[in-house]
Amino acid sequence: MRETVLEFELPVGETYKIFRNRIEPQTQINSPGRLSIVSGTHGDELEGQYICYEVARRISEAPEKLMGIVDIYPALNPFGIDMASKNNPLYNADMNRTFPGSAGGNLMDRVSSGIVESLAGSDLVLDIHASDIFVREIPQVRLAEEFAEGLLPFAKLTNADMIWMNATATVHESTLAHSMNIMGVPTLVIEMGQGHQINKPYGDQIVDGIFNILCELGMWMGQRPRTHLPAISSDGSVEFIRSEKAGIFIPLTEHNHFVKAGDVIGEILDPFSGGEPLRIVTQQSGLLFTQRIYPVVSEGDLLARILTGAF
Amino acid sequence: MEREDIYTFKSTYRQDMKVKGFRFGSGQRAACIVGPTRGRENQQLYICGRLVKTLEELEKSGAIANDKEILVIPCANYYAFNLENNFFGVKNLDINRCFPGKTGGEPISRLAGGIYDRIKEYTYTIQFTSFFERSECVPHVRMMETEHTNSSLANLFGLPYVVVRRPLPIDTTTMNYNLQTESGNAFTIFTKETENIDEKAAKGAVSAVLRFLTRMGIIRYECHSGFISHMLYEDDLTDVYAGRGGLFRSKVVCGEDVRYGTKMAEILDPFDGSLREEITASTDGIVFFAHNSAMINQYETAFRMIHRLHE
Ligand SMILES: [Zn+2]
Repeated sequence: MRETVLEFELPVGETYKIFRNRIEPQTQINSPGRLSIVSGTHGDELEGQYICYEVARRISEAPEKLMGIVDIYPALNPFGIDMASKNNPLYNADMNRTFPGSAGGNLMDRVSSGIVESLAGSDLVLDIHASDIFVREIPQVRLAEEFAEGLLPFAKLTNADMIWMNATATVHESTLAHSMNIMGVPTLVIEMGQGHQINKPYGDQIVDGIFNILCELGMWMGQRPRTHLPAISSDGSVEFIRSEKAGIFIPLTEHNHFVKAGDVIGEILDPFSGGEPLRIVTQQSGLLFTQRIYPVVSEGDLLARILTGAF
Repeated sequence: MEREDIYTFKSTYRQDMKVKGFRFGSGQRAACIVGPTRGRENQQLYICGRLVKTLEELEKSGAIANDKEILVIPCANYYAFNLENNFFGVKNLDINRCFPGKTGGEPISRLAGGIYDRIKEYTYTIQFTSFFERSECVPHVRMMETEHTNSSLANLFGLPYVVVRRPLPIDTTTMNYNLQTESGNAFTIFTKETENIDEKAAKGAVSAVLRFLTRMGIIRYECHSGFISHMLYEDDLTDVYAGRGGLFRSKVVCGEDVRYGTKMAEILDPFDGSLREEITASTDGIVFFAHNSAMINQYETAFRMIHRLHE
């Protein structure tokens, strides 16, 4: 059932609303479990849209098997999705730097605090992001070491390919996940695919993980999907490869493939000349789990990340 | 006057952006003045340009103290000015959320780091910036409260107000916060306007900087002694939120002394002109901050008041 989480009045002829789709069990259950799935905090990340749909669709095929509450929030930043904008266009800020907000504050604070309040009481929150439009990612869970003890058991059930501990920027203090975890509501950040796109196989893989979690929480009486365990890595086992030159990046390897130390994974060329391109060579062997998609690069732009060690 | 390139951002499709510095005097690195990081801070850029001109004249007349050096960086992001964008680059990021920056990091992080490393060599740093919101405010000096904060030095600018802010996690990536944490002598000046140029406010801001430099013994300049600043904590301002969204018609101006019950603004239905809300003053006080766009959202900050203060 579509429910309004929060709303406020816009200047001209329109009301701003954030919705959730609440799916409840058909039979009366004493203190049912509750799983919340949120997405669309960044309006240019759309991978979660398919997941939100597919979870609801699979439940609707056998609603009698649901033994708890599933709350699905497809769009925490609805105008951002409508405008393909990462930031919330109403106040031009990254919403994932505005939590936990405050209920008596200004618009931005109230939006953030309204979301936090609505999610409070969940047994688990899954915050589904995509990568940006610049790099492609394999399905992965990112978590801060300080919450790892409580979150790792859930993270292992997600059917993601990788768990990345301490992925620095994404575990920032004013994120939704950090605010929820501080409150004692376990919250996992899932990151996958790329901006402006939907990778359906990745989506199906994570939806299997979500039903795996529902089974574990005793909220799903259907068959447990076949899943795999993610590789676990920390910052120390990830090699970042950044561009040291402005130009056009041409990848020469496939995403989600193994590379050996010394492999040329791409080159940077100058479209205004036919000169020798700059070859990008890996220092270490491992899984190329992040790959540059958007060709224009400046000095410092991320070209690839390689998961080393774990293999 | 000596010119230098503080940081060069290389581009394939535009001329490289060379962040420029203008140096006056020589010797001890006494004061650094930094202009806009956002491309719509026209007033702030205007102020910095005027400062460079004035300091050049003062240097010619021998008014810079012996063994004192002043650096002005009028603009940290002129790429954005030429597009009338606020933020930097294809990722549309706010440079003032990327400090202290990092040498081997993302492009914007390298840019912020390049500027930051040069600024932090100076004893006193003065930054011109603006509020995120569509607003105007009473001219003031702002400092972040850290263990080093010495707000009495901020009085030496002779502006009407000194505002001390208790930092939130969202502040920790601003230039001011990082400089303040390192040195304890980082000031931010907020002038009345942002996008439009206000001649009188610009003049006031230039005088405030010259007054401070004079009082710190960095220049010799005969100037009016300005105001004896009123010091307040930002938390003590009383926020007035719009109870409705609509067309915003303000009835008061920044700096105005209002009494309890004074009509401050009307919010109208833009289609039929009917009154949605009349905002009246809930306290006696001075209007410190005022929304200045024709449109307002429900719960957006309409005014911030200094409670119970009179002119
Ligand atoms: Zn995201």
